[in-house]
Amino acid sequence: MATVFERPRALTDKPFHYCPGCTHGIIHRLVAEVVDELGVREQTVGVGPVGCSVFVYEYFNCDMVQAAHGRAPAVATGIKRVHPDRFVFTYQGDGDLAAIGTAEIVHAAARGELISTIFVNNAIFGMTGGQMAPTTLIGQKTTTTPFGRDVRANGFPLRVAEMLSTVEGAVYVARVSVHSPVHVARARKAIRKAFEIQLQGLGFSLVEVLSTCPTNWGMTPVEALKWLETKMIPYYPLGEFCTPGTGRQDND
Amino acid sequence: MPRTLMKGNEAFGEGAIRAGCRHFFGYPITPQSEVPHYLAKRLPECGGVFLQAESETASINMAYGAAAAGARVLTSSSSPGISLMQEGLSYLVGSELPCVVVNVMRGGPGLGNIAPAQADYYQAVKGGGHGDYRVMVLAPASVQEIIELMETAFELADQYRNPVMVLGDGILGQMMEPVDLDGEGISSIPSKPWAVTGTQGRTTRNIVNSMCIVPEENEAANLRLANKYNKIRQNEQRWEEYLVNDAEVILVAFGTLARVVKAVADRARDEGIRAGVIRPVTLWPFPDQAFEKVIKFAAKRFLVVELNLGQMLEDVRLAVNGRRPVHFYGRPGGVVPTVREVMERLKQTSEVTDGGDRI
Repeated sequence: MATVFERPRALTDKPFHYCPGCTHGIIHRLVAEVVDELGVREQTVGVGPVGCSVFVYEYFNCDMVQAAHGRAPAVATGIKRVHPDRFVFTYQGDGDLAAIGTAEIVHAAARGELISTIFVNNAIFGMTGGQMAPTTLIGQKTTTTPFGRDVRANGFPLRVAEMLSTVEGAVYVARVSVHSPVHVARARKAIRKAFEIQLQGLGFSLVEVLSTCPTNWGMTPVEALKWLETKMIPYYPLGEFCTPGTGRQDND
Repeated sequence: MPRTLMKGNEAFGEGAIRAGCRHFFGYPITPQSEVPHYLAKRLPECGGVFLQAESETASINMAYGAAAAGARVLTSSSSPGISLMQEGLSYLVGSELPCVVVNVMRGGPGLGNIAPAQADYYQAVKGGGHGDYRVMVLAPASVQEIIELMETAFELADQYRNPVMVLGDGILGQMMEPVDLDGEGISSIPSKPWAVTGTQGRTTRNIVNSMCIVPEENEAANLRLANKYNKIRQNEQRWEEYLVNDAEVILVAFGTLARVVKAVADRARDEGIRAGVIRPVTLWPFPDQAFEKVIKFAAKRFLVVELNLGQMLEDVRLAVNGRRPVHFYGRPGGVVPTVREVMERLKQTSEVTDGGDRI
């Protein structure tokens, strides 16, 4: 009998610890599927963050490094500069990448560091108990914005993909979502493109993936998928913000 | 270049290259700037990587990545930058990664100044970052010794899988001295089967991680570190002795200041005072054994001299453990004492009571 569905080789058999309805699991699977498709699992070093996905070193079936909060792009830089022929990726959440690690991600992109970043944006700090993230939407209630995010006190949500797409060294920056099967399929394509760009030595690549947090948003998994679609996507539009062929680099 | 004139900061770089280091990540800060200047030219000549990072925080984390990948890696900075690296040092220890960090100390606290100081002693030898850990600390006193101790630093880092700090000061970094560069340096480094390289046919995955979520497992990890530190304490104490065999008063100083203090010992002997010097070369592990030895000889009192308010003083007191009076003289903030000043202080020391922590 033909096998039509199985666990990617790039995932271990360790059960995910994520909350019900969280979409980290889907994103892990997409990354693993693409690593398998490209045949680079044994050449891969992954770098994990601090936050909900701190345990990625347990899940990705490849050499892994756990980095300090926000520092994954710097750690990945060190690895890549020692082993330029290996495939190096970081997996980071929005607290990790867009708050404490802003400098590291901007400068890794500016150097055109030959690494790829999966940036999971769920508009909240999950692991530490649902606090405001830089990506928290205006008016969104969190444990540190109990009356809703007020721009006068807390400023505006950061659009990371758009910001990084202005950096010369970043050659592929896209934002995708995983709230529906068709979007999952598109997310997979973007991740594949990002990884291929590194393998071709073209420059830095990043895929921002909009993700749900039913636990800290206080919703059912289905409500969370709906909230992502109706609230997050209007502020965080999906698409490719720069690409090697059509992107900012070639617009001059 | 067998014998050449070299600046201390350049020697940190050349010493690293001779020790087989081919990766440097750093951020500009005075008075260590010649370390990156030198390596920016030298590393590409040796097929190495020089990268100017966006901050010291990034530098130490790039070093963490390169160390995880199996390289001999160096970063260097000066006091305020080393403060920013403390998080990374804690992670390096937690993940048991070898790495060498140079601190060319300047006057603090805060922005302070760019003059020579030894005010980061506590930070270097007592941990500095979060968690219960130690970093091995080496303190050269000459440009020649920088070359030699850089090789020692990389060897110790690999042997114990722990970061090593080489602690200099603004004088040492900026002064020029002749150095002998015999031989070619190291051509191969120890194999590191634990490094992340991609599995490449390896059947098990390598994971570099300092997280230990189960308390009992984290306790076991801490005890494993404790065991390592006990071995280091037993095996790696290094110091230099000068005229100690019949010395009644022992001057204690590290780094370039020890050279001033040796001149004090000479002057004291000219005046009929039997003085000697202990210069700790490893600040951690602190060379307790040196103090056992001189107490058995003739030491009746100690005078600790530092470019700070009295930091190594505490380790000397722990080593002497109340058996002899321990006095102190220090100049903080970037000021270096003269031989005459220290000589005057030496004459005030009593064989009966401690001099307290007074400057």
